[in-house]
Amino acid sequence: MLRLEARAQPSRALSIASPLLALAVTVLIGIGLFVMLGKDPLRGLQMFFVEPLKSGYALSELSVKATPLVLIALGLALCFRANVWNIGAEGQFVIGAAAAGWVAMQAGPGTTRWIVVAILVAGVLGGMLWAAIVALLRDRFNASEILVSLMMVYIADMVLGYLVYGPWKDPAGYNFPQTITFLKSTQVPRLVDGFRVNIGVLIALASVAAFWVLLFRTYAGFQLQVGGLAPAAARYAGFSSRRALWMALLLSGGMAGLAGALEVAGPLAQLTPHVPAGYGFAAIIVAFVGRLHPVGAIFAAILMSMFYIGGELAQSRLGLPKSLTGVFQGLLLFTLLACDTLIAYRVRWKPAQVPAPKAAVSTQTKEA
Amino acid sequence: MKQHAAATPRLALAGISKQYPAVRANDGVSLTVQPGEIHAVLGENGAGKSTLMKIIYGAVQPDEGSIRWNGQPVQIKSPAAARELGISMVYQHFSLFDTLTVAENVWLGLDKAGSLAAVARRIGEVAHTYGLDLDAQRPVHSLSVGEKQRVEIVRALLTDPQLLILDEPTSVLTPQAVDKLFVTLRRLADGGCSILYISHKLDEIRSLCHHCTVLRGGKVTGEVDPTKETNASLSRLMIGAEPPPLQHVARAPGPVVLAVQGLSLPRQHPFGVDLRDIAFEVRAGEVLGIAGVSGNGQQELMAALSGEDRRAAAASIRLKGAAIAAHSPRRRRHEGLHFVPEERLGRGAVPTLSLSNNTLLTRTGPVRKSGWIASAEVRALAEHLIQRFQVKAGGPGAAARSLSGGNLQKFIVGREIDAGPTLLIVSQPTWGVDVGAAALIRGELLKLRDAGCALLVVSEELDELFEISDRLLVMAQGRVSPALPRAEATVERIGAWMSGLWPGAAPQEASHAAA
Repeated sequence: MLRLEARAQPSRALSIASPLLALAVTVLIGIGLFVMLGKDPLRGLQMFFVEPLKSGYALSELSVKATPLVLIALGLALCFRANVWNIGAEGQFVIGAAAAGWVAMQAGPGTTRWIVVAILVAGVLGGMLWAAIVALLRDRFNASEILVSLMMVYIADMVLGYLVYGPWKDPAGYNFPQTITFLKSTQVPRLVDGFRVNIGVLIALASVAAFWVLLFRTYAGFQLQVGGLAPAAARYAGFSSRRALWMALLLSGGMAGLAGALEVAGPLAQLTPHVPAGYGFAAIIVAFVGRLHPVGAIFAAILMSMFYIGGELAQSRLGLPKSLTGVFQGLLLFTLLACDTLIAYRVRWKPAQVPAPKAAVSTQTKEA
Repeated sequence: MKQHAAATPRLALAGISKQYPAVRANDGVSLTVQPGEIHAVLGENGAGKSTLMKIIYGAVQPDEGSIRWNGQPVQIKSPAAARELGISMVYQHFSLFDTLTVAENVWLGLDKAGSLAAVARRIGEVAHTYGLDLDAQRPVHSLSVGEKQRVEIVRALLTDPQLLILDEPTSVLTPQAVDKLFVTLRRLADGGCSILYISHKLDEIRSLCHHCTVLRGGKVTGEVDPTKETNASLSRLMIGAEPPPLQHVARAPGPVVLAVQGLSLPRQHPFGVDLRDIAFEVRAGEVLGIAGVSGNGQQELMAALSGEDRRAAAASIRLKGAAIAAHSPRRRRHEGLHFVPEERLGRGAVPTLSLSNNTLLTRTGPVRKSGWIASAEVRALAEHLIQRFQVKAGGPGAAARSLSGGNLQKFIVGREIDAGPTLLIVSQPTWGVDVGAAALIRGELLKLRDAGCALLVVSEELDELFEISDRLLVMAQGRVSPALPRAEATVERIGAWMSGLWPGAAPQEASHAAA
């Protein structure tokens, strides 16, 4: 029978290999899923793992999806390392997008392209404000940040709904719940003509570097992580847990808000009730699959984006439901958590029968 | 134990070996315990004592060798199997659930427990019989280290074991309580229960045990009758050499560095201890020792002095004349006050972080004004600490939890000494630390005193306090006794004071400190 045996030291190799193993298991289950749905598994896998990487256009679309995921996951990784459980990045993303949208609506014919900076800053501030409410309630009343941040997501959705159904509705929009389409000057520059990929990708990569430095090269980042790993050690050292709470929530809120602003100033170009696309929740998976490491977030975000695009392709080309995306994303997190067991434990094959000479007495203790 | 020599041994190990990825923890170890024998296992940290005990208790499987229990060959596959055979163990590191009460913890640990109320009643009986004062209804998180150990001992005794394994059991008891425990253990042994007694306290082994197996580097280096040995000869068997005696040179103390006056603090949780009107002084170039059983306000006093608890009245704590009660631990370190807490893993060091990163907890030299960490400098500092304090570790990159207790303690104490403090406060400097490391740590503390630093040392080991202190005071029920020069302090006097009965002590409610 198979037995789990604790390792003397957690395996470093497996902590990196575990996401790959989880991916392999996800693919295997995926094959089974396609077979059960009566589709050719090879064609199915092709939709998820080949098509999204096949052409320049496909890669551009991949980056459009991966950018917000990376940005949000960076902030969440920092939060989770500090033992602050911000589950509400989706809400911070929505409020960031709304704040950015308000600035974008102020643009007139004479507005220069520099308004983009103001739009992005507004997004960051919006996300921070939404996260600050969580921080305040946690700090002042010791309310669970997990529940509060999650509930704030639904409030954010309602706020957005109120705005686009009410005061911000486009008067010339045939009563559709949407704002005006923002002017060209409010859009972030694209990198390649004809493709939707924009400078958001560069902002995301720069953010990865910035978060790596913050986490591993600055005292503030060190304090944050000590607070997460060993609160008593942080108290002993004199690191403020309140400061860590505020810093983690404001930074992750700001990053989610930035991601929202980049959507407004990029692919969306207007506010609709469909701004919340689930990036804030998917980024939680990205953060964990990326091992809470800034560089890991890039690879994890690419993988998650492939699932988004693959799900859409499976719908349009194979006639499969789009919810496959969610199934694959969930499977990946699920198998990752299972595979992480192998970091601290090893699997041993043990024969069920005990060798003959000692069997006599050992049977007495067997049931124990 | 001649009368038992012919009988079947209670436990006989032959040729036990256990290989871990990095070390051979046990190498052909043989050990025989007779019924009713108190058998000492002596060895430094890392000598393989713990692994051997875990093998006997079924927590670890040996690679080679055989175990016979009452003459029968057995494979002990799990602690539950060991308990079924009649083997009980009190670990040095506690395995208790913090959020549950004493009774619930004991209840969970018993394989055949009755109702919770019955268990609570039996706890009361056993605790009373063996002089282990314990309130069954208290949650474990509110207990001190010493009290937690009592829970473990009581839990083991409730199973009526045939073999009781005790890992460093006396480190948290008053001298009187140690005597009482020894009476208990002898009574248990007379009743036929064998006892495996792991300790590094040579005096105790010599006065209590009938037989002693000495381990060094995973091998048996001696099997002796401890009553016929001296401390020096046991020490030689254990570490290959005797630790050099400490040089305690009398010095005239300097100016007052730490002045505590009228320090009173209400408890922060229901089972804490109120600090009541605490007053004492520590001068430059002297060691002031604080004796007492844990759970009498030491944790609370340490938190107030270190800055982890900043509720104290401003003027109640003065460092070189300046009121510091409101200052954070970091600010106090800048002002020269360094502190070594009693918990090494999780408080003094972050278990999963490297030694390099752990230096950063209290040493901010390599941190630039901008907040940038100069990694090369951090590494060099950690390397320097490892060298200077002879820490056995896989380099500055080794995780704190990969070190043995003694080596991690050398690192943490070294980290604070190396900072050049004007006042060093150390809580339990050598708790669970082997003889060699303990001698090194005490020697370094005395060196620091000779260099003019003021030291405040809280310890439950009286021997240690007598060895290094210039003056001693006792803490009981949240109060402190007057300080005594070491020459006037005797074990009997200090032991009596541990119950709160020093001359001029305020009248008090029923004492729960004394055992």
